[in-house]
Amino acid sequence: MRDKYFGVLLLCSIRPQFPAVFAFSTMQALSIRGLTKTYRNGVVALKGIDFEVGVGEFTALLGPNGAGKTTTIGIVTSLVNKTSGKVEVFGHDIDTQIEIAKSCIGLVPQEINFNQFEKIFDIVVNQAGYYGIPRRLAKQRAEKYLKQLHLWERRDDMSRTLSGGMKRRLMIARALVHEPKLLILDEPTAGVDIEIRRSMWEFLRRINQEGITIILTTHYLEEAENLCRRVAIIDHGQIIEYGRTKDLLAKLHTETFVLNLRQPLENLPPLDGYAVTQVDDTTLEVEVSKQQNINALFELLSKDKIQVLSMRNKVNRLEELFVRLVEGKG
Amino acid sequence: MFTRFRENYIGFETIVIKEVVRVARIWVQTLVPPVIQMTLYFLIFGGLIGSQVRRIDGYTYMAFLAPGLIMMSVINNSYTNVVSSFFGAKFGRHIEELLVSPLPNYMIISGYVVGGVVRGLAVGSMVAIVALFFTHLHIAHPLITISVAVLTAILFALGGLINAIFAKKFDDVTIIPTFILTPLTYLGGVFYSIQMLPMVFSEISKVNPILYMVNAFRYGILGVSDIGIGYAYVIILLFIVALFCFSLILLHKGVGLRT
Ligand SMILES: Nc1ncnc2c1ncn2[C@@H]1O[C@H](COP(=O)(O)OP(=O)(O)OP(=O)(O)O)[C@@H](O)[C@H]1O
Ligand SMILES: [Mg+2]
Repeated sequence: MRDKYFGVLLLCSIRPQFPAVFAFSTMQALSIRGLTKTYRNGVVALKGIDFEVGVGEFTALLGPNGAGKTTTIGIVTSLVNKTSGKVEVFGHDIDTQIEIAKSCIGLVPQEINFNQFEKIFDIVVNQAGYYGIPRRLAKQRAEKYLKQLHLWERRDDMSRTLSGGMKRRLMIARALVHEPKLLILDEPTAGVDIEIRRSMWEFLRRINQEGITIILTTHYLEEAENLCRRVAIIDHGQIIEYGRTKDLLAKLHTETFVLNLRQPLENLPPLDGYAVTQVDDTTLEVEVSKQQNINALFELLSKDKIQVLSMRNKVNRLEELFVRLVEGKG
Repeated sequence: MFTRFRENYIGFETIVIKEVVRVARIWVQTLVPPVIQMTLYFLIFGGLIGSQVRRIDGYTYMAFLAPGLIMMSVINNSYTNVVSSFFGAKFGRHIEELLVSPLPNYMIISGYVVGGVVRGLAVGSMVAIVALFFTHLHIAHPLITISVAVLTAILFALGGLINAIFAKKFDDVTIIPTFILTPLTYLGGVFYSIQMLPMVFSEISKVNPILYMVNAFRYGILGVSDIGIGYAYVIILLFIVALFCFSLILLHKGVGLRT
């Protein structure tokens, strides 16, 4: 299945300004094989993960608390030692070419991890230094990214004086300062207000279009649906679904429709072939599979003299899918 | 290959600058206390008590004491700087900034060590200046004086780094200094010549590595020493190599840093 999509995907992701995508079409930005992790206290956080992210992709790693998202990212960025398995970043194995692999990645961690007593500007400049960027260029880059993330005015302040949302943006600026090919964000919008979240999305979309491969973890399903072409759903240390967001949605065979009725319904007549739940007197929820004819449903309804006033698609389909997948296997 | 090294060097330089800026920024904590403490030692031990003490190797007690106190400052400050800065980075998690970067471990170690050496030598120099108010400091062998100070600073900076790697809480940062470093320093010939000790104790003292460093430094300044200078260099260098390799292994394994 996945391979079939892969060809299509490649075509989709070729942009005129990035012929390199085509030239290295077989190389993945990130390739994870059989990754396991057992923490020293015995917690099995990852039970064998296989996962690939193509160059130029925008992928979400979606999963509930404790699923293993941060552990996976920790291994890729060498903050966590793996127990077994293989990880390659742009073809560089983290066991043998760790330094090159690291230089490809920019990380925005889940928890704040900069020095709270350092100046904002210095944090970004120093990070560039660790990646070997000469000081003068580092300062230019720091200015560029702090401006893009609307933190330039605060550059001389101690980082602890920033608000939570600003701290996240600072970590994004810091992650970008060495201009990585792969940006990994661990719940970048946690605790960020809606307005800033949207502008962050806009920003991420833009840099993805400029060619940076992005992986983000999130609990916000809306976020994955809005931003990411691909979604991996992880639960209890296993990837339980992975594919194009669209395909995953299609995989959810049923769609739920909410019907508003003209008259209150005393008792629900059997509607053959449809799973119906009565929410209240005048509201029904009907699950319709993709193959089923929706006209047939209306025929059934009118035969029972039930008049439908309005109908809408139940929102957050991915959320439903997510809950279903997680509950089904969890 | 060369670009790789240049990039690594930039990373190293960044750590050094950051460390030196840290020392300078919190100078009230990093530079002032040791100087005040040593000034008191000069006044009390050197001035008040020392005037009652007979000459050692032909030098006044004050002149004998000065190199010891300078060395003690170098040892304490290079150690303290690295242990507190590196543990602080672990505790505040900003050590992760370095762990995710491609900077090789030997450069991370070197960066922090140089930071410690800078503070050790800065405080040592200030204590030397204070000493000038109390006694005449004629440096007999400048090269030996400087090299012993630098090498000792490197050694204890490495010690501080290893301490910080193993430390899990703030208390762990003070355990080694309190129970090992301070006793060894006090018993390491800072305040007295081991020739003043009974035979047994002067022999026991010779297993204390700090004795060799203090004496080598005193030899550099006064030209007298209880022990052979060659020994001192061999011991210091052996310790440096051993501690450097040990910290490389620890960082490679990610002890105390990676889960
Ligand atoms: N340092 C650690 N030591 C022991 N167990 C750990 C450690 N870090 C994580 N775990 C455990 O590993 C499992 C996966 O944790 P992880 O942080 O990867 O989850 P997550 O998907 O990022 O969750 P969240 O959405 O809450 O951030 C959890 O059961 C967690 O308790
Ligand atoms: Mg997490």
